[in-house]
Amino acid sequence: MTATAPAPSPSVEALRAAFGTAILSHAVSCGDTIVLVDRHRAHDILAWLKTTPGQEYNYLTDVTAVDYRDPGQPLEVVYQLRSLGRKADLRIKVPLDKTGSLEVDSVFDLWRGADWLEREVFDMFGVTFAGHPDLRRILMWDTYAEGHPLRKDFPLRGNFTRAEQTRQALAANPEANYSIEELSIADAFSELPDDMKRRLAAGQRGELS
Amino acid sequence: MGLTLPADPEMAEIPGVSPNWLTTRLDFLVNWGRANSLWPMPFGTACCAIEFMATAAGRFDISRFGMERMSFSPRQADVLICAGRLPFKLAPIIRRVWDQMPQPKWAISMGACASTGGIFDTYAMVQGIDTIIPVDVYVPGCPPRPEGLMYGIMLLQKKIKSESISDPTLRQEFLANEQGFFLPPEKIDEISEPFGNSVHQTRSA
Ligand code: SF4
Repeated sequence: MTATAPAPSPSVEALRAAFGTAILSHAVSCGDTIVLVDRHRAHDILAWLKTTPGQEYNYLTDVTAVDYRDPGQPLEVVYQLRSLGRKADLRIKVPLDKTGSLEVDSVFDLWRGADWLEREVFDMFGVTFAGHPDLRRILMWDTYAEGHPLRKDFPLRGNFTRAEQTRQALAANPEANYSIEELSIADAFSELPDDMKRRLAAGQRGELS
Repeated sequence: MGLTLPADPEMAEIPGVSPNWLTTRLDFLVNWGRANSLWPMPFGTACCAIEFMATAAGRFDISRFGMERMSFSPRQADVLICAGRLPFKLAPIIRRVWDQMPQPKWAISMGACASTGGIFDTYAMVQGIDTIIPVDVYVPGCPPRPEGLMYGIMLLQKKIKSESISDPTLRQEFLANEQGFFLPPEKIDEISEPFGNSVHQTRSA
């Protein structure tokens, strides 16, 4: 008995018809369809998938990235989409050549939920998202200077000595990592100490001394 | 541990105070009171905090040690219990909490992670909170059972009961220097050396 090869999602054919060569390849893994697309058209393709009748992938489950151990292999930004109405899933991958610029267009304008997801990918992999309104680190603190931890060229224990890591961590200013709104102190602004007022008013984040 | 380091080193000597009948009786009374009414500042960051909660709850009940009054403000706390792993992002926060606690104060490092970094020998984790704040009692385990934490608490009580006001170094504060740490950098590197169970450095290189 031979297992029949699982059929890819019908969205692949529709994508190829609409975008031609911008669709680089597709694969089926564990029943999930994966489509690799060109990075310059990625935003158009995702917008098309979100709005076109019959596709309606209206829910962005996750944005993440993969850095493969083989240095020649491109870094991939992964968008996991779901159509809540049609109960269908689709995974879009955008390969980025590691010798070039790691930049894709932000999908924040399509899905507001992409805000923190893209910040995390930026923090951990160093991929920049053009058009993201507030692209800064989210897991590591703002003054973190060692690089992007989930890249394969990042040593497990970090680039600095433990003493230097400790010094930089202690020098980080915890409050300065948050905006006024996040601290819920906008109301109490007038009562804050002067130095904090100055820092917050200048939009200044933590700084290494 | 003490209020502040005296500016003039000669001030550290308290002349004329040596252990005598009065001071030892006073020590006994004061230490008895302190040891049996510790107010913990719970700094629970991970799985160990679950065992800490179990210790505080009915079955093990640390109110038997006079510790039922959890102090969620560092300004009214005596003992900081760091239960769980401490990422570098939290390092300035635990340092500030420690600095805000008034003397007399003690610290318990609960679990393998708080004491040594545990299994998390990575870029993100402080390799032992003793690189950030001074620690009095280390409780081993991953996580320690409530009995383990209670044993640690009893060790701390023992330590408190042997304190003496005639010891001039008693309340010496381990103040952070300009760089922010209270230990020399070489010492921090030495303490942070990986243990036998750690992941090999080149694994992802
Ligand atoms: S020592 Fe074990 S139980 Fe405690 S925080 Fe670390 S991993 Fe969790």
